[in-house]
Amino acid sequence: MIKLINVTREFQGKGKALDDVSFHIKKGEFAFLTGHSGSGKTTALRLIHMADRPTEGETRVSGFSSDRTSRREVWKLRRRVGFVFQDFRLLPGRTAHENVAFALEVTGARSAGIKARAQRLLTQVGLAPKAGSMATELSGGEQQRVAIARALANEPLVLLADEPTGNLDDRATRGIMELFWELNALGMSVLMATHDLELVRKHPRARVLELDQGKLVYDSMKAATAESATTDEAEASTAGG
Amino acid sequence: MHTLREAILAFRRSPLLTGLSAAMVGLALFVVGLFALATHNLRLALESVEERIEIVAYIRNSARNDEILLARRELLALPEVLGVELITKEEALEIARRDLPEFGELFTDLAVNPLPASLEVQLRPGRRDPETVERVAARARLYPFIEDVQFGREWVDKLFTLRRIGGLTASVMGAAFAMVAALIIGAAVRIAVFARREEIMIMKLVGARDGFIRRPFLVEGAITGLLGGLMALALTYGTFWVVFRYLFSVAWIPAEWAGLGLLSGTVFGVFATGLAVRKYLREV
Ligand SMILES: Nc1ncnc2c1ncn2[C@@H]1O[C@H](COP(=O)(O)OP(=O)(O)OP(=O)(O)O)[C@@H](O)[C@H]1O
Ligand SMILES: [Mg+2]
Repeated sequence: MIKLINVTREFQGKGKALDDVSFHIKKGEFAFLTGHSGSGKTTALRLIHMADRPTEGETRVSGFSSDRTSRREVWKLRRRVGFVFQDFRLLPGRTAHENVAFALEVTGARSAGIKARAQRLLTQVGLAPKAGSMATELSGGEQQRVAIARALANEPLVLLADEPTGNLDDRATRGIMELFWELNALGMSVLMATHDLELVRKHPRARVLELDQGKLVYDSMKAATAESATTDEAEASTAGG
Repeated sequence: MHTLREAILAFRRSPLLTGLSAAMVGLALFVVGLFALATHNLRLALESVEERIEIVAYIRNSARNDEILLARRELLALPEVLGVELITKEEALEIARRDLPEFGELFTDLAVNPLPASLEVQLRPGRRDPETVERVAARARLYPFIEDVQFGREWVDKLFTLRRIGGLTASVMGAAFAMVAALIIGAAVRIAVFARREEIMIMKLVGARDGFIRRPFLVEGAITGLLGGLMALALTYGTFWVVFRYLFSVAWIPAEWAGLGLLSGTVFGVFATGLAVRKYLREV
């Protein structure tokens, strides 16, 4: 689903935000991307949905390679990948329902089914009763649910989330996490960036990838296999090619 | 369909912003319009003065009629010559009597007509520069029966210099005004697009195609440019009318200029919008 192959992203004069990072997240996996502020989490997510390109290496996301997908074709990838931000990014002048319908309209869905589909998506995230409320009148947790419903509009196979609970209290955070697990249970891969290690610890079933100063320093799956079979490092570095 | 609906919706959602940017475009183009009005009228004035440039070839009394007519035909055949008029001795006297009444008695009491006949040569517009005038004058001087050729050399030189300075000033100032207008329009459009950058980025994020996102903005840019252009035209016309009515007689700018102004306002509105939108399309 998501594959980073020796990815480096260097910013002119600022050094490497990502340094030779490789990992592979398979279909239906739930993974956390953790690390201190500035460790490169956002950069990694931007590379994955191709808002940005690697300086070296390659990203592959549901069949789209960063080497072969031109700027003009990025929209195809975007329809396979949902994206959720820390600050929700809803359109302020519109209702919850309109915000979701908007995503359906601009991706060229037939207008006849849009209303019903937007309503169904809001039901899926547990927000059907608030469909008519203005985005700005909703609580943070509710706004994030609208954002998730919007991200689901294209029925993506991958959900990317950048600190989605960063602005939420414990209760709302729990609700959003439950929703992510529900979506994951339906077969969606989830990759969520967070610096909240306590939150990560509460979800032991999820895979954990840790970045530190742009380097991948921990992968719970690798750690598990290393413990059981003591695999050598060489395999990991050649597996990408 | 979506394009048009979205463009109209954008106006309805933020009429103030759209109105404001159209007003900015309008004022920017108004300055250009005023400049065009001034330039056009100055040019007309200069042209009307230039029309008076003529070469007068005085004919000896001994000249034969057929010689004169042949010379007239030959001069008329020159490409830079617009017309050649023969003023006979009698006509010259007539004109002198009319134009110089203070000498009236002097001219009526004459036994012989002292005034020579002449050929008055008019040059085509655009060919009234000093070199051409010289050349045609020299050509006329070649006829043996021509006594003298006059054309107010100093006057021709001055006028030509004035014209060159005018043309250069107009080009430089016109370019400067157009550039300032372009910058202002660009800024106005950027502000309007900036206000909706979130929308652009969200559309891009959920997988809208660039063209689909851009189109309503381009239509809006065209409408803003057109509205601004119309406003500038109205303001310029208002100024023209007030000057014409209360100050002095001026000419309205040629229709092509007005059309060109509207067109460039519209085209530039579209162009600037495209640039502004592209910036946000590239961000995500
Ligand atoms: N567009 C950019 N231009 C220059 N440097 C950048 C850019 N984007 C990110 N960086 C740098 O890359 C590094 C990693 O940034 P990134 O945003 O990926 O960190 P992060 O792990 O998401 O941090 P946080 O937890 O604070 O969100 C930082 O040092 C940052 O300054
Ligand atoms: Mg970040």
